[in-house]
Formats: sequence, structure tokens, C-alpha cells
Amino acid sequence: MAASMLFQVRRHCALVPCLIVATRQYASSPPSLFNKFLFQLNQRFLEVEYLIRLSNWFKNRDVRRKNLIYDYAQKKYGVNVAAAYSILKLGGGFRFAGQTEWFRADSKGKFSFDFVNTPDSTIEEIDLSRTLINHAGLHNLTSQRKLRSLSVQGCPEVDDWFLAHLHVFSETLQELNISHCPRITVGGLAALQHLRKLQQLDISSLPQLQSPGLVHILIEEMLPHCKVIGAEYDQGLQIQTDSQEPRDADSLRHAQT
Amino acid sequence: MTYTFRGGARQHVVCSTSPAARQRESQLKIVAGGDQLGSEMSSCYKLLLHGRRYRALALLTSNRCSSRSLSTGRAVQKDIIQDLENQFKAFRDKVTAAMPGSDWSPIELTRGLPPERADIVIVGGGVVGWSIAYWLKRRLMSRDALRVVVVEKDPTYSQASTVLSAGGIRQQFSLKENIQLSMASANFMKNINEHLGVLNEDPIDLQFNHSGYLFLASEASAHIMEENYAIQKELGAEVTLLSPTQLKERFPCLNTDGVALASLGLKNEGWFDPWTLLNAFRRKAMSMGVYQCFGEVTGFRCWTQNAETMDGDLLNIKRIKYVNVKMPNSLEYQPVECAVVVNAAGASSGKIADMVGIGHGPETSMAAIPFPVEPRKRYIYVVHCPDGPGLECPFLIDYSGVYLRREGLGGNYITGKSPEENEEPDCSNLDVDHEFFQEKVWPLLAHRVPAFESLKVTGAWAGFYDYNTFDQNGIVGLHPLVNNMYFATGFSGHGLQQSPAVGRAVAELILDGGFKTIDLSAFDVKRILCQEPMLERNIV
Ligand SMILES: Cc1cc2nc3c(=O)[nH]c(=O)nc-3n(C[C@H](O)[C@H](O)[C@H](O)COP(=O)(O)OP(=O)(O)OC[C@H]3O[C@@H](n4cnc5c(N)ncnc54)[C@H](O)[C@@H]3O)c2cc1C
Repeated sequence: MAASMLFQVRRHCALVPCLIVATRQYASSPPSLFNKFLFQLNQRFLEVEYLIRLSNWFKNRDVRRKNLIYDYAQKKYGVNVAAAYSILKLGGGFRFAGQTEWFRADSKGKFSFDFVNTPDSTIEEIDLSRTLINHAGLHNLTSQRKLRSLSVQGCPEVDDWFLAHLHVFSETLQELNISHCPRITVGGLAALQHLRKLQQLDISSLPQLQSPGLVHILIEEMLPHCKVIGAEYDQGLQIQTDSQEPRDADSLRHAQT
Repeated sequence: MTYTFRGGARQHVVCSTSPAARQRESQLKIVAGGDQLGSEMSSCYKLLLHGRRYRALALLTSNRCSSRSLSTGRAVQKDIIQDLENQFKAFRDKVTAAMPGSDWSPIELTRGLPPERADIVIVGGGVVGWSIAYWLKRRLMSRDALRVVVVEKDPTYSQASTVLSAGGIRQQFSLKENIQLSMASANFMKNINEHLGVLNEDPIDLQFNHSGYLFLASEASAHIMEENYAIQKELGAEVTLLSPTQLKERFPCLNTDGVALASLGLKNEGWFDPWTLLNAFRRKAMSMGVYQCFGEVTGFRCWTQNAETMDGDLLNIKRIKYVNVKMPNSLEYQPVECAVVVNAAGASSGKIADMVGIGHGPETSMAAIPFPVEPRKRYIYVVHCPDGPGLECPFLIDYSGVYLRREGLGGNYITGKSPEENEEPDCSNLDVDHEFFQEKVWPLLAHRVPAFESLKVTGAWAGFYDYNTFDQNGIVGLHPLVNNMYFATGFSGHGLQQSPAVGRAVAELILDGGFKTIDLSAFDVKRILCQEPMLERNIV
């Protein structure tokens, strides 16, 4: 009785609000010891919440810094220079319309400021593959009304909201490469319907797509003039038959070969 | 312990097992000395303690005379257990006396009782209620600075409109406030993991579909669409107008007969999973220390002040002191003493307002105006049509009122239509009227999208709009006649998409005394009392 009472005391004590957070079992990976400790603390002190937010803020600082909006540069040097500067800052490259030469930052992130002298040239091609661009950073580029080709291959911060924002280039964009972006889902691909001039789209290796083959077909239907690269038609479907009837699928494959 | 007897035939027993009531009871006992009454009371109490509450209540209710025998008394066996319990009780009383203001209790009588005192009680744990709870906590720096309790009557959310909605978000409204609210909410969803991410949990995936809304206008309504477009553009919403030829080119599956103009949302529009949003708010708010309580709000205890208006009318200004919360599947009540009540009960918020006496004042006075939110049943049908529009299918809203959106990738769609004002269905249940689809929805749908001439209805459900009969817009603010009840309701079919921004607005209103980010003073309750509607043209 005493033990049970002690238990009750613990459970009712106002200092230890017994908060059971819903759906804890849904976390996919078991929490680390440190996280467990933080979680315990979090039950008592709201300050932990702020600590976590602060640490997230620090973690995302890089992304934010890379995606700053260059208002000042836009006003002082014009939108084209600001766009060019933001691309180079991100570690990407671009090509002005009517030129063949690409501007890129070197491996140390250094670049020449030649583009400042040509404030009137607009950008035609942008390569931002494997950079930290996100939907905020895209604001610097929206002024580029001659943009023909954009590659954001393998960008960890490119998500559906980024794709939804691409409609600003709907009149010019012909080539888009969004392959290997871990956060893109089919919900964002639907927004590509606004890009009516698109001729080539690379959607290979998007890990969030459940049935890439079906999505491939649907995108081809949605953008009839566009060549879609990546994802074989039977991708995704194959996996399903495999897991459902492994033997049949195997025998089928044997029969085919 | 309080007993109330109503009528002769059936007796209602209301037990409040709160420590305060028990303290009162023990005082009563002291007054009564060691006489029969006192021991009788404690015997009943003992029954309560032993978890035999229901049996004890059954005894009281089933035998009409026996409840009277309470007062005449009955010998009670004294045993060790009772002694112990008296000890406990004395101990507990001592502790409560030593720590005034805490409701610390060593013995748990009923699980899930709400706390006895709270600063803010939010009635209704739908998406609006939890969003308010989250923003209230978010604005304060310490866990115990503000005790927020969310009272929800249905843990399964089987009737809450949040989970029964179509989950759409759009910026295509005609009122500045609605557009701003939706844009702010879209921004919130964009960064949802920064707002609602919880330690140790998976990141939130709203399953947002960026497909946009496509509104169609007829010859008669085209000029309204143009005006709305101008307002939307001015506020920064990204929308484009399409002529019938452009429309046909973009969406070849549509029949453009009768369409004079169309507007298509380019960004921040689409649909998402409402259940994920609700759960994310709930999970985060609870991790920040909001109390969740499952129980039904059945009444309020207020005190009243008389006031005189400029015209010399007498008015009763009320202030809520206690919210009565009835526990699920039991007769037990817990009065929660509180400073502020937020009415976010969605479709039932009119009923909650009624409980405080809004609309019961003398005729012709302001107090006689009832709170204009009532449930309106809306059906959603799930149809399967293999030849329907594909990935490009937007959230289509025809000028006839029929809407359509894709559901997944397998050729499934959801569709529906709001019935005419004079054909409103009965709102006592959530049964679906399939004839409504056959007669009112399908013909219009098949006319607009000919592929739907052959389809299969694979499912259907109904939900309640929190319908504002006055002007179909949200009501956000303090009621002038009940000066600590805030309202956040009446969104009439666009409450889900506005909930993140509305929650922030209500938190600002409560904690800062005014709106800081989006000025919602146009949605104040006063407009109802002054009879000045704020009409929204794009109601679906
Ligand atoms: C068919 C349909 C389609 C919709 N489509 C959309 C859409 O596409 N986009 C959009 O933005 N909105 C849509 N809505 C509207 C949207 O669902 C609502 O406006 C929104 O969910 C309201 O949220 P809420 O939290 O106020 O209400 P609810 O989710 O209804 O929550 C209120 C809660 O209060 C509880 N409650 C009630 N009375 C009491 C009481 N006495 N004590 C304790 N708890 C109580 C209820 O159990 C309920 O859980 C749709 C609604 C319907 C019905």
C-alpha cells in the first residue's frame, strides 16, 4: 500500500507534470541516450524547448546564410548582379545569355566579380547542383526572366515548396534537373504543371517517390511536350510484385532470360 | 460532495470529487460533529475511494428512498481501512492547507480529471483549439507561467470537422483578412518542422499537394472574379487569370461551356492531410506543457454585473468563473476555475455560447442576439474514374458550387457541393445522402468534366461545417457581454487552412490585448451585435 501510495505521490506531484506525449511509438529510430535525457528535462523545463530551438537555429544557420535575400545588392547593382552574386555565394555556377563562358566559384568559394560590370546581362543557365539552396534563396533568382535551364541536382534543401515557386519561370524554363533531391515528393511534382515550356525534366532517383514509374507516366501526361528522364515505367510496380509474389516474379524473370 | 435531485422520477447525482469539495465536506463534518450525517458522508466517500463509485451511484439512483436515507443516517461499520482513509484525508487536507493554490493530491481518484484551476480553458480540441494552445505557450518563456487546458469531448475525433474536411488551402478569397490568414498559414506550413517539430519524433510530413485551386466563373460572376483577383494580387497572392481558350489548353479534360473566366492559384495552394496537422499541433502543445483533458463542457458558472448602455438599456455583463467539465462515460463533474475561456468548439460553438446565456437576454436588446454558428452537414463523395484528369488535376471549383480534387494517384477523386439554403439536410447525425450525389452533384460534375460521365462512387462521408449563418466568416474576438470568453469559430468551410494564423491571432489577443501580426478586428463579435456583416464572396 505504501509503495503504491508513493507511486501515486510521484505521479500526482505538481512538480512532475505527468505528460504523456501522444504517439511516441511512431518515432522511427530509437532515441539516443542524450535525447532521452533531454526529453526527461523537457518534461520539467520549457527552457529545454528553447535550447532545442536555438540549436536548430544554429544548425540551420548555414542554410539561412546561404539563402539570404540580397535586397541591398538588388537596389545598388540591379537584380541581375544580385542574382549572379547569390548563385556564386551558394557555390553554384551560371551562364549569361549570349555568352558561352560559365561563371563559377573555385573550390575555396572564391570568385571574380567581373559580372558587376555587366549589370544588364541576364542569366540563361543556372547550375546549383549539390548546394544548399532552398525556397528562400530562390527569391534572388525570380527576376531572371530569360532563364532557360536550371539544375538543382542533389540539393538537400530543395523541397516541394521550392518546386511550387518555380512557376515564375513558366514562360522560359526549358530544362530542369531535380534528380537526387531527397525531399521532393509527388505533391511538389504536381506544381511543375505550370512550366508549360519545359522540354526536358530529370526526375531520376527521388527517394521519396513511392512508385516512380507511375509518376513518370503521369508527368508525361501532364507535360505532353516534355521529355522526362529517369524512373523506368515499371519502377515501383516491380517492387510490389517482387514483395508480394517473390517466387512468381523470379520464375517470370527466369523465363524471360 | 453535492447532490442535486431533479424531478421526481429520476434522480441525477452529481458528485464532484475535487479536493476543494472534499475539503468543504470535511468542514461540514466537523460542524456536524461526530453525528450520523458526517459518518454517512464519509461512508459514501469511502465507496468512492475504493473505485466502487459506480456501484455507489447506482445504489443512490436506483433506490429512490435510499438516497433520502442518507439524511436519516445508517450505521456504518468502522474498520481499519476507513481509519486509514481518514488519516489520508487529514493528511491531504493538511497538505492543501499548507500549499494553497496547488491541487496536489496523493491519491488519484479518477484518471484524466482536468486540473481544478487553470488560467485558460480551451473548449474544443480541434485544429483551431490546439493551434491556440500552441501559440499561447509559444509566446511565454516558462512552462508553468500559464496553465492551459484543452477540453475535448471525443478522443477519437469521430465528428470533429477537422478530420472530416477536404483539407484544402487557397488564397483565392475576396476579403483581405481571409487572404492574409491563408497566406500566413501557408508560410507556417512551409516551415512546419521549425514550428512543430518535437524532440525524438519524426519530422512532420503534411503530404502537401501543390496543385492549386482553379475557380471557374460564369458570364455573370466574371467581374467579381476580376475584382477578387485584383485584391489577391495586391496582397501578394500568386494567382493568374485564364481565358476559356487558355483554360482549354491547360486543362483539356474540362468542358469550358459557360465559363467566362477562370483563376488558377500558382503557389501556396493545394491540399494536405488535416489529421497530420491536428496531431502535430497537439503533440507540440503537449510537449510544451498544455494539459489535455477528455471531457465534455456542459455548463459554466458565472457572475453577473449590471451595466447600463448609453441608451439607458440595462445589460448583464457576465464573467465566467468555472467551467463544468463532465467526464466521459460517467456522471462525474469537475468544475475548473479559470480566468479565460476560449470557445473553439467548431460546429458546437453556438451551443457553448448558448450555455453561457448568450442570446437569452430580454428581447430587442443586444443580449437577445444569439451566437450565429450552427452545424451544417456537408457530404464528400469519393469516386473512382480511371479516365479522369491526372497529376495536373487542381482543386476545381465550378461556379455551380461543385468541387473536385484528386485523391492519391490511382484515379480516385473527392467531390461534393454545398446544398441550397432551403435544402439543408438534417444535422442530427452524419449519415450520407447518396441521392444528393445522383441528383445534384453528378450531373454538374459530368457536365464540367465529361470523363466523369462514367464513374464509381467508392465511398462517402459527411462532416459538419462550423457555419456562420450571419456572414460565413470566422468570428475571432471577445464577446462584449461575456467578458472573458474568446471566440475562434464560425469559419464555414475554411477553418482548417486558417487555423495556424488564427491560433496566433487569438494568442496575441489574449496575451497582448490586441492583434499584432494580422489585424482581425473586422472579424470581431461586435459586427454581429451591430448587424454589420463582412461578406466573403468565395464560399465553397
Ligand atoms: C466536409 C467538409 C469539408 C471541409 N473542407 C475544408 C477545406 O477544404 N479547407 C478548410 O480550410 N476547411 C475545410 N473545412 C472546414 C474545417 O474543417 C473547419 O472549419 C475546421 O476544422 C474547424 O476546426 P475547429 O477546431 O474549430 O472544429 P472541430 O474540428 O470541429 O473541433 C471542435 C472540437 O470541439 C469538440 N467539442 C464540441 N463541443 C464540445 C464540448 N461541449 N465540450 C468539449 N469539447 C467539445 C468537438 O468534439 C470537436 O473535436 C471543411 C469542413 C467540412 C465539414
